[in-house]
Amino acid sequence: MKLPPVLRALLHRRIVMLAALVLAAIVVLALGAPWFASIDPNDTAVLQRLKGPSAEHLLGTDELGRDLYSRIVHGARYSLAIAGLTALGATLAGTLLGLVAGFFRRLDAPLMRIVDAMMSFPDILLAIALVAILGASLANVVFALVLVYTPRVARVVRASTLVVRELLFVEAVRALGVRTSRILWRHVLPNLLSPILVQVSFIFAYAILAEAGLSFLGVGVPPDIPTWGTMVAGGQQYADRAFWVVLFPGLAIILTALSLQLLGDGVRDLLDPKLKKAA
Amino acid sequence: MDAPRLSVRHLSTSFPTDGGLVHSVADVSFDIAPGRTTALVGESGSGKSVTSLTLMRLLARSANARVSGQAHFATREGRSVDLLALPEAEMRRLRGHQLAMIFQEPMTSLNPVFTVGEQIAESVRLHKGLDRAAALAHAQRMLELVEIPAAARRVHEYPHQLSGGMRQRVMIALAMACDPTLLIADEPTTALDVTIQAQILALMRRLQAETGMSILFITHNLGVVAHHADDVAVMYAGRVVERAPVRPLFAAPQHPYTQGLLACLPGKARAAGQARPKRLFAIRGQVSSPLAPPPGCAFEPRCDQARDDCRAAMPPLIATGDGRSARCVLVAPSHDQEAT
Repeated sequence: MKLPPVLRALLHRRIVMLAALVLAAIVVLALGAPWFASIDPNDTAVLQRLKGPSAEHLLGTDELGRDLYSRIVHGARYSLAIAGLTALGATLAGTLLGLVAGFFRRLDAPLMRIVDAMMSFPDILLAIALVAILGASLANVVFALVLVYTPRVARVVRASTLVVRELLFVEAVRALGVRTSRILWRHVLPNLLSPILVQVSFIFAYAILAEAGLSFLGVGVPPDIPTWGTMVAGGQQYADRAFWVVLFPGLAIILTALSLQLLGDGVRDLLDPKLKKAA
Repeated sequence: MDAPRLSVRHLSTSFPTDGGLVHSVADVSFDIAPGRTTALVGESGSGKSVTSLTLMRLLARSANARVSGQAHFATREGRSVDLLALPEAEMRRLRGHQLAMIFQEPMTSLNPVFTVGEQIAESVRLHKGLDRAAALAHAQRMLELVEIPAAARRVHEYPHQLSGGMRQRVMIALAMACDPTLLIADEPTTALDVTIQAQILALMRRLQAETGMSILFITHNLGVVAHHADDVAVMYAGRVVERAPVRPLFAAPQHPYTQGLLACLPGKARAAGQARPKRLFAIRGQVSSPLAPPPGCAFEPRCDQARDDCRAAMPPLIATGDGRSARCVLVAPSHDQEAT
């Protein structure tokens, strides 16, 4: 079987491959949560509270005696969904805004002032205000986080667009009769892929933590939905007695964020023709 | 002589700046005949590049350029269109298809994230409606046409894998992909070293002979002009100061600026009898500020032959016979009427 060159090159990088495998495993666990963790993540057993890892509870139990392994596996669904949708939404909106603001000079000032205004709010405060207004639900948390992270992407993409639009090839393709929309989509955007990919992996990790913060403050997802963030936030007051309560959900966050960042870096390097080894 | 393929009349481009209106190009007129090369010569800031960008309508919209004049282009279909008045959509269909342009900097003129084949293919797919495979095959033929060795392999390479000369060849292939009838070459060899320059110029010559395209050649290199142009328009401070076929221009320059330019060439100094020229000739002074042009002839402050009437008003372009004209009070007008 002949694989595309990008995939073949990917297979040659151990760390990137490892990161991809870890991510794949996490996604599979999340999708098949009811089969991989049969214990109900919300089943409380007060007598079993804060028990260490054992055969019965692989990763121990939390302050209400809920099975940590099960909560992490089930929580992966929500954490990944929140982080993934936030990263996707913020990247799409931010890229569009940044591209338009950077390429069309007339729209630059108005768009960027709006972005600046949004950025002048402390991240978490803006999210709290939005969720407080809209009501606490999974969709509203995602919406609030998208609004919080869109300006960051927009700024980065605008700055990169300003650089790329001045390169002579943009004028050269215009001289070939290529229309503006196509220049933006086909010629400018692909040159911005590296900074955008870096932003995606950042936002993904930040969103997991931001959701934890929101939940901790009581404006995140409802308490019956297990997420990694709420587990870390809720468990930290027991951390001195039962380290596993924060360690394992924390590890899940780190592992996911790190894998994603490594994969993002790897894909970026492979897509950048200049970093490619001469074949 | 055939009807010109491009006929530029009274082209002016000015830009509003904080210091006032800057007239980058003023009242420029010239013709390019089918299959021939007209060179636009001048020093930096004389308006050569602005002229070419105005003709291609590629000036940045944010520059708020004010353009007047006409540029009649004979299309392949036999129509005559004014490039400066054409709707943008029609202009876009002409660009890359009948009018093409190559730029000075081959290093940045290609998109770094696409293979050279994809970039050539894009233009062909856009204007000729070929499918991807056919367009790529065409791209490979174009690379062969511009004498790139191992074209079958190069077509899949990225711009950074090619040398500067190779990239300029790719730019030429890109510009020639749809068989344009007019090629605007804006200092195409300035960024290349001398041996590569000669190869690129020879290549452009060969392609011109094969396709019959017209070339508007923009350069400050008089040596290149002498070898590769048919007609020359010398620009100074945004105006054409002398227009002539290439041989008579070099044999007997009429405008003091052209005379000065030719005297600057090392070979000329030697030919003039100085066995070992100690210093090269240089035109004294510098170009006047575009915001405060002298009241009369723009070259008057630097001219050794200036007279009182030079300071009074900008002299018109005076026809001096044999298809020549010069913007100087010193030249003797021919009996024909005033030049355009």
